[in-house]
Amino acid sequence: MSTLVLVLVTGVGLGALYFLVASGLSLIYGLMHVLNFAHGVFLTLGAFLGWEVASRIGATGWPAFLLSILVGGLVGTAFATVTELALIRPLYERHIEQVLVTVGLAFAAVALFEGIWGSDPIFITGPAWLDETTTLLGARIPNVYFVLMIAATALLASLVVFLRYTRYGMIIRAGVENRAMVTALGIDVKKSFTLVFAIGGSAAGVGGVLAAHYTGYVSAHLGQTLLIFAFIVTVIGGLGSLSGAAIASVLVAVLQQLANYYLGGTGDLIVVVALAVVLLVRPRGLLGRRPA
Amino acid sequence: MSTILEVAGMSASIGSQQVVESVSFSVPDTGITAVLGRNGVGKTSTLRGILGLIKRKGEVTLAGERIDGLPTHRIVQRGVGYVPEDREVFASLTVAENLALAERQANPRRDFVAHLFPDLVERRAQMAGTLSGGQQQMVSVARALLNDNRLLLVDEPTKGLAPRIVNEVAGALEEASRTVPILLVEQNLEVVKRLAKDAIVIDGGRVVHRGDAREILGDEELTRRLLGVHGDAPADGHGTEERA
Repeated sequence: MSTLVLVLVTGVGLGALYFLVASGLSLIYGLMHVLNFAHGVFLTLGAFLGWEVASRIGATGWPAFLLSILVGGLVGTAFATVTELALIRPLYERHIEQVLVTVGLAFAAVALFEGIWGSDPIFITGPAWLDETTTLLGARIPNVYFVLMIAATALLASLVVFLRYTRYGMIIRAGVENRAMVTALGIDVKKSFTLVFAIGGSAAGVGGVLAAHYTGYVSAHLGQTLLIFAFIVTVIGGLGSLSGAAIASVLVAVLQQLANYYLGGTGDLIVVVALAVVLLVRPRGLLGRRPA
Repeated sequence: MSTILEVAGMSASIGSQQVVESVSFSVPDTGITAVLGRNGVGKTSTLRGILGLIKRKGEVTLAGERIDGLPTHRIVQRGVGYVPEDREVFASLTVAENLALAERQANPRRDFVAHLFPDLVERRAQMAGTLSGGQQQMVSVARALLNDNRLLLVDEPTKGLAPRIVNEVAGALEEASRTVPILLVEQNLEVVKRLAKDAIVIDGGRVVHRGDAREILGDEELTRRLLGVHGDAPADGHGTEERA
């Protein structure tokens, strides 16, 4: 019983991490129809610079941890904003070129990060509490999973409030449905493009710092590894659906953890099979919109 | 009478297909001007070309200012309201949110819209996607009437609506036209007769005739030749012969 609880809770925690990455991907695709393969770069850069700041002030306690999260979020926001303005916007409506430029940026950024920080993982330490465990229904759950769940829940709640109760949120929801009609109401939808990139970058940057504490290290490939699963989650949840991404994040991660534990480490394979099944049976994903 | 809109040699294309071929016409600054023509001749594309929603070339001048180089949102901000074919309401937004998105000025004409469409006030919290076709059309028209526009581009506002709703929408446009000129694409010839003063007839992507709307629709031979229907066609405006 305690093993099952452990597997389920760690699955939900991993799902929380997937959601931090997938939420931005989903919003960006939903509004702009851009498959952003550079999204992992926002995460990796957030993780590296968050770690840099924390290590330079020479502390491993909570203030340093919270500061690194703040730095990760800000770095992710800034880099995503620059990416949208400099690389995506000039290629507006040229989706193939946009995909190619994000793939190119992802490769170039990994090479740059390896040049700066080396190709070996950098092992990190955070507040001691993160490495400790809390007993839940007999299972000893690493505390870092609870932090991931809190962060993802806070992000989801913030996004829901933003999308539902602000004018820009309304514009983004409308733009996901019918971008041309939004412009035909006199609204410059491109500002919303930059905004969703910034929001996605921020979530990825925070996710990067948390991912580093989850894995125990930072590396140039951290973002790209997570990006694969985030894309799977985004497709299974339904491209453009935030709720779909949230549900799929948890489902995929729990499935992955269950398969890893009970089916001899086949988690990754099972996730790919799940993706194939969804694409065959319900190509628009769990909560994706039906094609017009 | 002066003009609010001048279109000169405008061509438009969707992808690689040219859908409007060098149309030229002007729209007076009062009343309703109808754009007539068989299905698929480029009426909707003409409106979308004016707004920059599809790729176009040529000159488009609004109240003396060239707008053909501007993006769509800037054209709308200069005072062009748009009611698209097929309503295009945001289905997952409430009626209130659909209307709020369209508000561009500090004092939107909410009272005017509420007076024209009291039903929408009652349904303000309802998701627009759950409205009937007629109610969705009211939302679509209301979005264009919330601002003090200089011109409205209205595309088939009565398409697929029940006769009672057709009457209501036509009444709203009639009332709106007292304060703003309207360029109206409409297949329902009874509605055109009721609302429009002037008419432009498009065929093969070009303007082939221009004149008094009632005169055009009263000339049976002209109507059959240009529109493929009788001028006294039934209220849905869709004649039984030669309809493309």
